Amino acid sequence: MQSSMTTRHRLGNGLLAGLVVLPLVLPAAAAQGALFPPGPVREIVVGKDRPIKSIKDGVRIASSGDRILVRKGSYSEGNIVIDKPLTILGEGLPQVDGGGKDEIFTVRADNVTIRGLLIKNAGVSFMHDNAAVKIDGARNCIIEGNRFSNDFFAVYLAKATGCTVSGNRISGNGKAEATSGNGIHLWHCSDVKVSGNYVTDQRDGIYIEFSNRVLIEGNQSEKNLRYGLHFMFSNSCRYLNNRFTQNGAGVAVMYSKNVEMRGNRFEKNWGPASYGLLLKDMQQSRIAGNTLAGNTIGIYSEGSFGMTVEQNTFSRNGVGIKLLGSSTDNRFTRNNFLGNSFDVATNSSETQNRFEGNYWDNYQGYDLNKDGIGDVPYRPVRLFSMLITDYPQSLILLRSLFIDVLDLAERAFPVLTPEALVDRRPLMRRVCID
Amino acid sequence: MIEIRGLKKRFGKLHVLEEVNLTIGKGTLTAIVGPNGSGKTTLIKSLLGLVHIDRGEITIDGRKVNGDCAYRKEIGYMPQIARYPENLKVRELLGMLKDLRGVREGLDEELVEQLEIGREMEKPLRTLSGGTRQKVGAVIAFLFNPKLMILDEPTAALDPVSSSRLKDKIVAENRKGKTVLLTSHNMNEIEELSEQIVFLLEGRIYFQGLIADLKRQSGEQNLERAVAALMRGARP
Amino acid sequence: MRETLKLGRYQLRDLMRSKWLFAYSGFFFLVTFALFRFVGDGSKVAVSLMNLVLFIIPLVSTMLGTTYYYGSREFVELMLAQPIKRGSLFAGLCLGVSIPLVLSFLAGVGGAFLFCGSEVAQDLPAFLTLLVVGAVLTFIFVALAFLVAVTNKDKARGLGISLLFWLVFSVIYDGLVLLAVVCFADYPLEMPLLILSILNPIDLARVLILLKFDVSALMGYTGAVFQQFFGSSWGIAIALTSLVGWSVLTFILGRSCFARKDF
Repeated sequence: MQSSMTTRHRLGNGLLAGLVVLPLVLPAAAAQGALFPPGPVREIVVGKDRPIKSIKDGVRIASSGDRILVRKGSYSEGNIVIDKPLTILGEGLPQVDGGGKDEIFTVRADNVTIRGLLIKNAGVSFMHDNAAVKIDGARNCIIEGNRFSNDFFAVYLAKATGCTVSGNRISGNGKAEATSGNGIHLWHCSDVKVSGNYVTDQRDGIYIEFSNRVLIEGNQSEKNLRYGLHFMFSNSCRYLNNRFTQNGAGVAVMYSKNVEMRGNRFEKNWGPASYGLLLKDMQQSRIAGNTLAGNTIGIYSEGSFGMTVEQNTFSRNGVGIKLLGSSTDNRFTRNNFLGNSFDVATNSSETQNRFEGNYWDNYQGYDLNKDGIGDVPYRPVRLFSMLITDYPQSLILLRSLFIDVLDLAERAFPVLTPEALVDRRPLMRRVCID
Repeated sequence: MIEIRGLKKRFGKLHVLEEVNLTIGKGTLTAIVGPNGSGKTTLIKSLLGLVHIDRGEITIDGRKVNGDCAYRKEIGYMPQIARYPENLKVRELLGMLKDLRGVREGLDEELVEQLEIGREMEKPLRTLSGGTRQKVGAVIAFLFNPKLMILDEPTAALDPVSSSRLKDKIVAENRKGKTVLLTSHNMNEIEELSEQIVFLLEGRIYFQGLIADLKRQSGEQNLERAVAALMRGARP
Repeated sequence: MRETLKLGRYQLRDLMRSKWLFAYSGFFFLVTFALFRFVGDGSKVAVSLMNLVLFIIPLVSTMLGTTYYYGSREFVELMLAQPIKRGSLFAGLCLGVSIPLVLSFLAGVGGAFLFCGSEVAQDLPAFLTLLVVGAVLTFIFVALAFLVAVTNKDKARGLGISLLFWLVFSVIYDGLVLLAVVCFADYPLEMPLLILSILNPIDLARVLILLKFDVSALMGYTGAVFQQFFGSSWGIAIALTSLVGWSVLTFILGRSCFARKDF
């Protein structure tokens, strides 16, 4: 909503404002400006009542750096290849329809901007990753303030560098994983910024593979068929203040290092294979200040090491953190655990991870010296959570008095639960997270 | 008034009542006597429907006792041990009974005065002594002007003054034509009150008739001795 | 019915004066109040209260129900000598004990709610579930206590059996269920487990609570039967119906024993 208003606002200010704002959006674009000195910029108007009636014609007659203004209307032109630096601007949200067969925009040139279009019905294909907008090997492109509807893939960046995808509203067909592509798809990209987008009903909301130095900020990804966010083999990326809600399988981050995830919300991802945040073979990354609420499993960690998980809030999850034995040397500090059915679960009777100084609302110890730290260590793994791993059906006994008694006994004399998985400095008060 | 035919009752293996046949005439005052465990209380409870009988038939005032509760409108019952909801006041208890029976007029509250429980009316029942509770029981039994009164050991816990007043009341009501059936261990009391006597032993009736006849049969002047003689004769 | 209500009303008046009920009410008030003060978070308070309700209410209801029945045996006889149907009398006794208990429970917890309105408002469905579950459990266990007391002449024996029932339902039963799960882990157990839960009123109440607070965890289970039960409103509907079924059945069984009983 906000992004489309921004778009309209910018359109209202016309050409000059657009050129002024552009470099602000992406500093890299400013550098690019030096390589392509702005000559006399032409504006080509495309419209049903104009001499130039199709976008394709507009692109054909345009020269590098020109701006194509697409008037309100519906354009169904099959695949449109953009092979020179152009700005394509929609006015009054013109519709560009792929007719359910083709890829719509294929961008093969640097410095292309696409803004203010409704791009729909990119064709489902089992052979090609048809997208509404595909940027193929280009640099410094901007996809901004568009709407995408019922596309196979919406925004697809392959081998792109320095691009920006922001303020788009993407809504897929939401039928089945096989016939849905991803909302925003990054493959072998670097220095890309994805911000303020809304993605729903795609297969994966945001998909990132083999990409480095990507910034994902302020996006909302909800009700996608598989993952809200899915990234692999992508190092040194940052994920800030995004919101991932009610996705089929939550969020999965795998095989990457030096990743920072901060201020995100992972909510209401329900299901036997659904996770607020799935960490698989992640290394040396930092997960801080996030909220994981109402998920079947808040964080699921498998084979990850050297992670710092701090100042997150885990609330009302089935399991706050499921830490498999293959995860080592991770540190969990200053997190809040509130109203989870299970705070921490594991499959192993040993652990090499550290829990220290967290707030656990299930903690029942005391603080005689009033230093804010409980005097009795807290063991967040309940015997019952281990029982459920072996005998899932016993889940129905959750909150039974009998089970509580068993847990109590196990806490006093740990036999099955990992003795080392203990918070020796449990906090008496919630951590304030700003 | 009361017709009992072939009444049998067992509690488990224990035969409490065996082939009891009994007729109690209208307007009579009959005492049931017998040693402890002879079945007196069970007999009374059968009349009230508190105990389900195994075999036989009981008719009261022409109505068969078989689960329907309407016939009990005509019965006033005073139990041996009277206990009531602890925190209710006496007035509330009486009020409740009136309320339950839906009777507000033609009530007989004479005994309240005669037994001097007027000043106990506002006390919770739990604070009352055993004797006072007994008095409350008596008041309840007479309250609704029943045609038939069944009194289980009515004077057992009463002081002499109250006891004699209650006895006067029983006799007076009987004279008005009410049928009274009572049990007692006190033979003098029985002699004083009743003409008819039923002697029960081990669930069987060994004598039913006028006290005078019983004395004559046994050749004893005194009822207590007459009953004792009857018991000796009954036991093999 | 009218007789039942009249009887119940007097019993209510009788019981409402006992200090016992005030203690019961006060207990719930203090605990609820303290939980709000020291725990703060509404849902956490609700969960703690739930645990307490599942534990205390069945215990107090069975114990009080049994003692009350034995304590009023003579009164029952007096009443039975009146032109009153046995069924009405039994219903009156049952309601006369359970309604004061329910009221003092509601007054205690509800009174504390008044002081902590904003937290309650945030988790209103949870707190309402709590009140409903508490009330229904009271009815069930009073009826159960009466059933036991009616069928056992001896007071000590009756109290013992009531206590045993409570112990079985609140602890032992679940232990046996767990044992069954472990022993028959290779078999499809979901349906039997659901049925077993339905056969124990405390488990039923607990399942209702799970449906309120632990859906996230429950959704982690892969079995289709659990998914369907916990994932739809069917679960709540079945659990509620079964709870009501429990109170009706215990009551009817008690009443029929009462009707056949010799006093």
